[in-house]
Amino acid sequence: MQRRLTGSASDPRIRARYRRETRFKAYTVTALFVAFAIIVAFFADIISQGYTAFWRTEIQVTLDYNERAERIGRFAINEDLREIVSRGAVRGIPLEIRNNPELAGTTHERWVPVYSRIDQYFKGKEALPPELEQQVLQLKEAGVIRSTFNWAFFTAGDSKLPELAGIFSAAVGSIFVLFVTLMFAFPIGVLSAIYLEEFAPDNKLTQAIEVNINNLAAVPSIIFGLLGLAVFINTFGVPRSSALVGGLTLGLMTLPIIIISTRAALRAVPDPIRLGAFAMGCSRWQVVRDHVLPLSLPGILTGTIIGLAQAMGETAPLIIVGMIAYIPEAPSSIFESATVLPAQVFTWASEPRKAFMEKTAAGIIVLLAILLTLNATAVLLRRKFERRW
Amino acid sequence: METELKNTPTTAAETQSMADNTGEQTMGGKAVPEVKMQAEDLNLWYGDTQALHSINLEMYAREVTALIGPSGCGKSTFLRCLNRMNDLIPQVRLEGRVSLDGEDIYDHSVDVVQLRTFVGMVFQKPNPFPKSIYENIAYAPRLHGTGTSRSELDDLVESSLKRAGLWNEVADRLDTPGTELSGGQQQRLCIARAIAVNPEVILMDEPASALDPLATATVEELIHELKDNYTIVIVTHNLQQAARVAGYTAFFHMGKVVEYNDTDTLFTNPREQRTEDYITGRFG
Ligand SMILES: Nc1ncnc2c1ncn2[C@@H]1O[C@H](COP(=O)(O)OP(=O)(O)OP(=O)(O)O)[C@@H](O)[C@H]1O
Ligand SMILES: [Mg+2]
Repeated sequence: MQRRLTGSASDPRIRARYRRETRFKAYTVTALFVAFAIIVAFFADIISQGYTAFWRTEIQVTLDYNERAERIGRFAINEDLREIVSRGAVRGIPLEIRNNPELAGTTHERWVPVYSRIDQYFKGKEALPPELEQQVLQLKEAGVIRSTFNWAFFTAGDSKLPELAGIFSAAVGSIFVLFVTLMFAFPIGVLSAIYLEEFAPDNKLTQAIEVNINNLAAVPSIIFGLLGLAVFINTFGVPRSSALVGGLTLGLMTLPIIIISTRAALRAVPDPIRLGAFAMGCSRWQVVRDHVLPLSLPGILTGTIIGLAQAMGETAPLIIVGMIAYIPEAPSSIFESATVLPAQVFTWASEPRKAFMEKTAAGIIVLLAILLTLNATAVLLRRKFERRW
Repeated sequence: METELKNTPTTAAETQSMADNTGEQTMGGKAVPEVKMQAEDLNLWYGDTQALHSINLEMYAREVTALIGPSGCGKSTFLRCLNRMNDLIPQVRLEGRVSLDGEDIYDHSVDVVQLRTFVGMVFQKPNPFPKSIYENIAYAPRLHGTGTSRSELDDLVESSLKRAGLWNEVADRLDTPGTELSGGQQQRLCIARAIAVNPEVILMDEPASALDPLATATVEELIHELKDNYTIVIVTHNLQQAARVAGYTAFFHMGKVVEYNDTDTLFTNPREQRTEDYITGRFG
């Protein structure tokens, strides 16, 4: 029997073909590896830099609410500890005494944060002068210095003192901004998409609008900042730096994303369903309300979440409308000055003091965690409600 | 009668009695069937191409009229004229007259939505709504306000499903999605859905072409039964099917009605050569 299917391994042309195949595959695997390595390196770097910010060093001190402390808080602490205890920890004592005069003359044992330099020393990031180092090591031996979870990072606003700075005010700002963005972009975007997809005649005008919306999605975000500045602040007098102006500006940016994804979701609803409904005597609005919208809602929400996630990470347009600001107190309305998470990260990153480095990285970790959660929600939503007809 | 389309839908009993009043007249001893829908000199263009050329066709009450003809000859287009589904296609232009019980359905005062409750439609591919079986049927009556209370709707769902011959198969799972039924069951659900609106005319565009022979037979049987209460216009490529279910058959070719007669005559003794060629399979 003649064997025709084997023996080709000796054919040089076929061997060359296999070689090329192997080489090409190697390229693709290498590319994937490089991409993956970059991501891993990025995450490893950020996390290794940032995780320390979730811990802080505290010292147990006796606070003596004496007469001098009624004017300057620092006098409440023992003289030789004044270099060690954070200024911010005792700043509030005079006010405390004024509000509650009974406190005068009392003493309190308390755990308070240490100076950022010393905190950084215990985290192995900064050196101390030998004398001071000696002293804190002794205190550590004595058990009056400890390291605890840094709740303040999540509950405090920004501060000029790194050991007190937290992301709370920026987080509140972000929530306000996203709320405004959602309220602005979602109804307008969804309604525009419904009009374009379900009602509009297919003519030159709607085609032109469609092309423009698609282009809008590709406009650099900083341009939207300029537009926001010109329209909302200069024309309509919306307060600068406020969550309102930031949210509206980001809304302009999110609008095309929502329109495009809503249209895609509407288009995915098969026509026979529409025709079936029309044939039952539904009006166009009834077709949209009862049949098309319920089926496309998951897609619409997915697109909206992705749009919001993108808006959440946006900084450039917000710089232009003044949202890079030092905001120690969380805003209580959308009209007050506010900052947002990425802007807070930006502010910390431009701080010369080393202790802000870990804050920067920790801010990025929080931001990434939120973005990943949002995107995961979008993916899950899509998975759960994905339909095939 | 003249205002029928502009009013709220009448009940089944009323429409039935109206139909009886105008009933079949006799002319010279021979029964002349009552005309339910009529196309007069109907021309239709998609943009610049003419798809229908001066169609004249009468569809008789409580009869099945089959539209046959080679692909692309305009059967579906004509069918869509009868409930104005062509309105949904941009660039369609129409001339001539289509009437329901003598009333011009293209008159500007006619409410299209209302018209479609009188003239229902079943599509080639079963297209149940992705809702429960119950909702599929109850949806339109609730929308049009013809069924409001829960018990009314329950009754309507049951009677519609019974008429569509589906009740026994689905009675115990009315809340499962209509899309989970078999193809044949889905098509009968779509017919039940159309019946639930209580139409007078039901248009069917190749309703059995996506079904297997057994399901086809069930649907054909159903059409046969429905004919007692409804006027049915059906497009089909299956000549045997036309012969089985239709009392009247129109042969379309290139956008024109070549021949229209009662089914027996058309199939056994066609007037036109083209009709004969088509039904004997010499072209298609
Ligand atoms: N939406 C449309 N836009 C433009 N032309 C159309 C449209 N629908 C149908 N036509 C054209 O009109 C003519 C008639 O089409 P129609 O669908 O009515 O044929 P048909 O007899 O139903 O064919 P088939 O048996 O294949 O379903 C065809 O030439 C078709 O190309
Ligand atoms: Mg057709």
